[in-house]
Amino acid sequence: MKLFASPGQLRAAGMLGMNERNIGYIGEHNPRKNYPLVDNKLLTKRAAQERQIPVPELFGVVEYQHQVKGLIETLEGRDAFVIKPAQGSGGKGILVITGRRGDRYVKSSGLEINAAEVRRHVTNVLAGLHSLGGRNDSAMIEALIEFDPCLAQYSHEGVPDIRVIAFRGVPVMAMMRCATHASDGKANLHQGAVGVGIDIASGRSVRAVQNDVLLDRHPDTGACFADLVIPHWERVLDLAASCVEMTGLGYLGADVVLDQSQGPMLLELNARPGLAIQVANQEGLRHRLDRAAAIAATGANHDERIALAREAFGALS
Amino acid sequence: MLSTRVKIEFVAALLILLGVGLMVYKVFFLGFPLLPGEYRDVWTIESKISFRPGEGQVQADLTLPEEHAGWVLLDEHFASSGFGFSVADGDPRRATWTRKSLSEPTTLYYKIQAYRQQPDALSGQPDPQVQAPLLAANQRAAMERLVEVLEEKSADRRSFTTLLIRALDRRSEDPDGRFLRSTWDEESGNILLQTLGFAGIPATVLRGIRLEDGRRRQTLSAMLEIYDGEVWRVFDPRTGEEGLREDFFIWQRGTDALLDVTGARSSRLEFALVSNSLPSRSVLAMEQRSGRYALLDFSIYALPVEQQGVFKGLLLIPVAALVVVMIRLLVGIKTSGTFMPILIAIAFIQTTLLLGLAIFLGLVAAGLWIRSWLSHMNLLLVSRISAVVIVVIFLMAALALTSYRLGLDQVLSVTFFPVVILAWTIERMSILWEEEGPHEVLLQGTGSLLVATLAYLAMSNRLVSHLTFNFPELTLSLLGVILLLGKYTGYRLTELYRFRSMGDKQ
Repeated sequence: MKLFASPGQLRAAGMLGMNERNIGYIGEHNPRKNYPLVDNKLLTKRAAQERQIPVPELFGVVEYQHQVKGLIETLEGRDAFVIKPAQGSGGKGILVITGRRGDRYVKSSGLEINAAEVRRHVTNVLAGLHSLGGRNDSAMIEALIEFDPCLAQYSHEGVPDIRVIAFRGVPVMAMMRCATHASDGKANLHQGAVGVGIDIASGRSVRAVQNDVLLDRHPDTGACFADLVIPHWERVLDLAASCVEMTGLGYLGADVVLDQSQGPMLLELNARPGLAIQVANQEGLRHRLDRAAAIAATGANHDERIALAREAFGALS
Repeated sequence: MLSTRVKIEFVAALLILLGVGLMVYKVFFLGFPLLPGEYRDVWTIESKISFRPGEGQVQADLTLPEEHAGWVLLDEHFASSGFGFSVADGDPRRATWTRKSLSEPTTLYYKIQAYRQQPDALSGQPDPQVQAPLLAANQRAAMERLVEVLEEKSADRRSFTTLLIRALDRRSEDPDGRFLRSTWDEESGNILLQTLGFAGIPATVLRGIRLEDGRRRQTLSAMLEIYDGEVWRVFDPRTGEEGLREDFFIWQRGTDALLDVTGARSSRLEFALVSNSLPSRSVLAMEQRSGRYALLDFSIYALPVEQQGVFKGLLLIPVAALVVVMIRLLVGIKTSGTFMPILIAIAFIQTTLLLGLAIFLGLVAAGLWIRSWLSHMNLLLVSRISAVVIVVIFLMAALALTSYRLGLDQVLSVTFFPVVILAWTIERMSILWEEEGPHEVLLQGTGSLLVATLAYLAMSNRLVSHLTFNFPELTLSLLGVILLLGKYTGYRLTELYRFRSMGDKQ
């Protein structure tokens, strides 16, 4: 691998750059006023519930500091749950509790913390420690996803999620993000998580990349990515495409998780999805976005758009 | 309908052409120098005489400066709002403002432009005269002892003067010197004069201004002049250093009062200073055409000096903004915030680069450490940030004090370092540390400092400051370029690395 790619090579591969993404797609297709719906996970969840889009169950919301005292009672009888800031981004401030040991709570990493530490985490969330620009925030307490066992081997110490980029109702590109030991159980590629490009047509893996380097097996679990097929793929695409209508954003990234019992669920939306998905798929976004625009322009309905997208973007077809 | 892209391109082209066009006009038709050639530092010195109303008729007399030691006066301006005004050509010249009665606090202005043609020695010596002091008995005793001891130690009048200045210094351990100081309630310059008179050495005072670019509210300072038997020699009464400093503009020679105000209270004399680098060619032209400055009417020179100083700094900020825009959009280096690098760069201008970097790194590291400790104490976020702000102020005060004790005057300028920027940086960096880890802190911190350094280098570049100050219209062109960059959709330099694995694939 060379140290630098030439601009010509990137252009030929159809790579979308940060400037072009900001001006041509986010600036053009995502009206600013629709951002709160996406940036606030609570609003996203409510909007999704209205449209019968499945989301993880909400156990409770802490909005004010005085509610923190009663938090432990709220959590009574809940063994596994997730506390996250409603306005956090990039997986910041998410506390995952997978079980209890006596009075203590067990984190996904296996470490135990006490009730005071849980309360402190919520206090920090309320003060805006994890939110964009440090605004005051509220903390959501959600059900823990029991992720589909067939995907379990691909993720280490964390939940794998599927990011689908949808443009004007057409699913354009997808990848699975697998947590690794290096990424500290988080599914953020720039922190060392593995990105697996997913074929839009079939839900099969295309390529896997960690820190921009191609790989075949998960560095911690050793699972081979070539065998990966996302179950309920049709439904995942359907979910992602529906979000475009729900939010009024033309260009977005939908993060979907697969629950063992309830299937694909919408976890969160992103109005400014990152560009690493291109590396995971070893393909640029630009040509696909052009074709997606052509598909959207035909006036096809929701199901037809997905069908056309699977036909157009299938790598293995 | 035009697309937004075409609209922006049109507006940007218009702005760029307007800026460059105005510049070209000024260069070719008004004779502005495009490039910095051989430069003269032309100082604009504005004196402000302010006073409050008193009883009856008001009269203010100001001694006007003369051309000493190679200084040349280019231009004089008097402002006399509602006052009668006259200049008496004597030796020295004196300006007089008069008014029947005064009802409110008033400020009178006198502005000159001057430059030093060549550093000459002082000429036109005054007659050597010894001033015999009037002393109380205990002062006389102390002075006798002091002079005796110093005469013992010194070889001639020069070394005597140097030793005397040291003996009368604030930090001196000499008991007689300290006693004399304690009995004098006037400024130390006078003890010096009196003691020199007592020792039979002819001495006088040079009053003038220490030239410091952008200074406002500068007051007069004094230099000591002594006659060593053959020639007059100048000493700095604070350090004892011999010789006339380059940055000292002589206003008056002798001990007479510079400003006399009658019929008013609380009169003050203050100076505002700005230095402009002008090519010697235009300085010559100014000298020849003294009085008529069509050349300057079109520029910021026409503004009052205080505003000139402010604008000189302000006009550089768009340059720093351009640097930030280019680095972020074309190169893609991460910085924490868009404007923080600019603010840091402005702070660097006050402290100089290396020192600024050292102070910045030191304070931010200390602040991060303290904040992490506060974080362990489980405090609410708001009080944590406020605590950090206060701690940063303490740190800065401590730094200023230590550096003063160590005699590093330069570090004192750290007090101008914007506290808020530092506290904010510390807070931002520590949140980043908690969430993304030290790697991201290093990345964004280094990025910010790198961009700030580049912005500093651009802002402190002589050509850049020449162009922005003499051709402020170029700011329009900068705006145009920044607008164009805002529509740049090409790859960033860092993306060529980030997407390098795509390079092999065709």
